[in-house]
Amino acid sequence: MSALPVTEVDLQAWVDAALPEARRGEVEDWLAAQPAEAERLRAYQEQKQALKSLFDPVLDEALPERLSALASPPPAGAIERPPKPLLERWSLQRFAAGVLIALVSGLAGWMVHDRYPPAENLAGTSPLPHQAAVAHAVFSPDVRRPVEVGAENEDQLVAWLSKRLGTPVRPPKLGALGFELVGGRLLPGNSGPVAQFMYQDATGQRLTLYVSTENAANQDTAFRFAKEGQVNVFYWIDGKFGYALSAGIDKSRLARIATAVYDQFERK
Amino acid sequence: MDSRAILAEIPRLRRYARAMLGDRAAADDLVQDTLERAWSRLFQWRAGSDLRAWLFGIMHNLRVDQLRRPRLATQSIDEDDFDVPTRPTQTDELELRDIESALNHLPDEQREVLLLVALEEMRYADIAATLGVPIGTVMSRLSRGRERLRLIMNGEHASTRLRVVR
Repeated sequence: MSALPVTEVDLQAWVDAALPEARRGEVEDWLAAQPAEAERLRAYQEQKQALKSLFDPVLDEALPERLSALASPPPAGAIERPPKPLLERWSLQRFAAGVLIALVSGLAGWMVHDRYPPAENLAGTSPLPHQAAVAHAVFSPDVRRPVEVGAENEDQLVAWLSKRLGTPVRPPKLGALGFELVGGRLLPGNSGPVAQFMYQDATGQRLTLYVSTENAANQDTAFRFAKEGQVNVFYWIDGKFGYALSAGIDKSRLARIATAVYDQFERK
Repeated sequence: MDSRAILAEIPRLRRYARAMLGDRAAADDLVQDTLERAWSRLFQWRAGSDLRAWLFGIMHNLRVDQLRRPRLATQSIDEDDFDVPTRPTQTDELELRDIESALNHLPDEQREVLLLVALEEMRYADIAATLGVPIGTVMSRLSRGRERLRLIMNGEHASTRLRVVR
């Protein structure tokens, strides 16, 4: 009866009511003689219904402010990101209303931007903060063995980590901010070893500094902030070095420490 | 681009993200990233084209980036000629009969298509355009995904080719 053999695509389309009227009749005739297939398609229809009833209630949930606010263009700079080298579209629009030359160069800039991923993408998707936060969460609660080499052997620690990372690394001094070095350890990174230094303050609050040397992309970034569960992370990339400072302390205190760490590495 | 039009799409983006990721906070983060990227890529938006498809496409790409992040050399074997073993939690039949957990046993590529069809009721051609794959790929993912979901819901092993011989 069918002009064309019934295919799997027809059957899927039948489930989704996406067949043209004529074809639907043909498929239904065919199904009438294929109870097993009809049963299978009924199961698919039930799946579809079940998924809708499971997730449709999300449609009625109140939108969080951070999402509804984004229905309008975010003010430039409101999104926490390092400065972008190129014009944003909304500033582009302003230019377009004004000077033609600005528009042309802006578009040219965007074409280049498209070809070379901007720093924002590299840093935004950097695995660094996540890895650092995980390393922090794993080792900082360890009471007996939080580090491999303790601060009492700082020279050894520095020599060992510098040798394994293939470049001199030295833990910054954070005593002025209330944190004393506990020690450090070596961890696996993406392609080689990374170092973790651990500090502790008088209350037992721990802080870790994660130092990786695998940033071949050479994209420096400004300070960036990430939050993984309870762990706040400040991180930045400086040449091949990636630094991430993690602790369960509030953002502003962590920012002060990050600034101190940054200054010490800069002075070096 | 009209703010009201975007506002109207946000609940749909949230529903889809929730279904994809399971976790509410992670889903809203993904929606937020999607909207931020949409605003920063407004120059790519062609007036009059399908806003929803554009936003879902952005979300898809973000998700692909996220999945790529762990940097292990992984390869999707969805398209290959054998079934991906599902996660080894199949013993708990009650859990598996629950469609939400069954959904989590599908490979991402299949779940994505299944949800765009079921929740968004997108046309196959629009899904192909949104995901940037040929329509034949969409159809095979849909067919495999549905069948796998059915088997899991029936408490059978999802792998039809690697059945345990009794």
